[in-house]
Amino acid sequence: MTINLTMAVLMACLYSAGFYLIMQRSLMRVLLGIVILGHGANLFLQVAGGPPGDPAFIGFGVLTSMVDPLPQAMALTAIVITFALTTFLLALAYRSWVLLGDDEVRDDLEDRRVRDSEEDADLAPEEEASR
Amino acid sequence: MNVLVALPVLLPLLAAALSLVFGRFPGVQRAIGVVVLSGVVVDAAFVLAESDRHGPLVLQLGGYAPPYGITLIADRLSALLLLVSAVVTLAVLVFSIGQRITDYGRETTSTAFHPMYLVLCAGVSLAYVTGDLFTLFVAFEIMLSASYVLITRRTTAPRIRAGMTYVIVSLMSSLLFITMIALVYAATGTVNLADLADKVALLSPGVRTSLGLFVVVVFGIKAALVPLHFWLPDSYPTAPAPVTAVFAGLLTKVGVYALIRTQTLVFPHSSTSGASTFLLVVSILTMIVGALGAIAQNDLNRLMSFLLVSHIGYMIFGLALFNVVGLTGVILYVVHHITVQAALFLVGGLITRHTGTVSLRAMSGVAKAYPLIAVLFAVPALSLAGIPPLSGFVAKITLLRAGAETATPVAYVVTAGAVLTSLLTLYAVTRIWVGAFWGEVRAPLPDPDPTDEVTVGTGSTSRGMIGATAVLVVAGVAIALFAGPLSELSGRAAADLLDSAPYRTAVLGAR
Repeated sequence: MTINLTMAVLMACLYSAGFYLIMQRSLMRVLLGIVILGHGANLFLQVAGGPPGDPAFIGFGVLTSMVDPLPQAMALTAIVITFALTTFLLALAYRSWVLLGDDEVRDDLEDRRVRDSEEDADLAPEEEASR
Repeated sequence: MNVLVALPVLLPLLAAALSLVFGRFPGVQRAIGVVVLSGVVVDAAFVLAESDRHGPLVLQLGGYAPPYGITLIADRLSALLLLVSAVVTLAVLVFSIGQRITDYGRETTSTAFHPMYLVLCAGVSLAYVTGDLFTLFVAFEIMLSASYVLITRRTTAPRIRAGMTYVIVSLMSSLLFITMIALVYAATGTVNLADLADKVALLSPGVRTSLGLFVVVVFGIKAALVPLHFWLPDSYPTAPAPVTAVFAGLLTKVGVYALIRTQTLVFPHSSTSGASTFLLVVSILTMIVGALGAIAQNDLNRLMSFLLVSHIGYMIFGLALFNVVGLTGVILYVVHHITVQAALFLVGGLITRHTGTVSLRAMSGVAKAYPLIAVLFAVPALSLAGIPPLSGFVAKITLLRAGAETATPVAYVVTAGAVLTSLLTLYAVTRIWVGAFWGEVRAPLPDPDPTDEVTVGTGSTSRGMIGATAVLVVAGVAIALFAGPLSELSGRAAADLLDSAPYRTAVLGAR
């Protein structure tokens, strides 16, 4: 099958911008990254269906020039799912901002504790628990 | 008759809606959950018996001719996993109900738990019975959306941090999943797994290999294969015990199931191919890195999360060998691991309630104060380490035999790695034993944060919690007791996986 060059370049841009943003430290950028990556993936599903053509309704154009409706149905489902999860992520980001006061992705405390455990291996249990 | 395949998906989904309606009546919610999940257990047992006797049960939804519609299919592997998952979800639900009743008045009741838990069960079931790639994606999304809510419910600062990691990583892997579906569709023009099996074989080797690798990456994130595992030990330990237990028991295993299904049906390879070597290397890395990570931990739940990662490696080991013995071992291992890992996390919850902490250094004396909990911990822990005659031993010996029979240098190395991982696992669970069970009895530490559900040092457990944990522990022992029939069943399921012709005929019809 042939691929539209504009679409291919556009998808490449969306994917690279999305992955770049996901690797940022700020939650808002990560969220935008997910949105952009989602657009890229959904566009990819569309393009996978082949070149554009007539709508796939019976008695609405010639059978041979109709587009494949299956990827469109799949893209619709995927759009709904990514939309819902983006909303959920927004709510989480807001909650994080309320609780923590900023939208930085925090380091994991336990990771840091394991790293430093050489030093505090002799800590008394009470002291350990109070940390 | 074949409509029975759809029930494990339909019943929990409808029950979830009903459960939402009865949000103000916790008693009704509990009753709905227990009744429906018991029904799913019965249904799954029936589907297993039926598919073992008469071959796969197939349901073409809406009567569309395959491969255009949605196909639900339960062969021996799907039905077996359906049954084990149903038993585990039911036991965990009883545990959480027991915990909720004990904690009555502690402001932990929430209307969201029961509906979301049922949606999670529906998603897991759908992933097992679906016959096409896109419905598999939808199943993952159903399961994951429910898990997002469960892991971030009653948010505290550490939980929101962990929840964020979990949601973002899962969401990214879902987007990669969509990309993979688009690539597969562009190459073959179908998403039906049985149809894909025919059409992928016609592709050029390069395209086939890259699609196969993409599939491994997508499901590798879900199954937490090293080096794609970093999200798991960060996020799972922050959830309350029943939620972590069901996540650890089922969610990663659904990823493993998806890997088994796609690798055997759509991208079959021989036990000497490059793909096999690649998977073997991934499996030994997963085993060793996970076990070493577990040894370094001080947090009880994080230690068990790393052990979970480590033991995913065993399943990939058997899958990589790609022969009947190896796949039999994988199926036995998945069945054993779902029950044992869930039981361990539930016991972890019991320990935490009596000590008020998750730090191994801060807890002690549980064996003296609560001998029953010590027994409930020791059995699954030894089973996980593969001590005979428990279920872990049965599964591991099959895998090791498969590794030795394959007799390639890489297979020998990975077999040795699997033995070493068993020893490291034993060391890791011994650390829990020494930390939590030995020593003087200590009063529970005061609860630092009453809204946090992980460190609940109430010192009280109910019969429901102990009973549910005991049922899972006994189920683990039963796997060892009935190892003979179960091995035969797994053997038949493994043979089905290697010879996919009956599966394809069942879905697409004879041609």
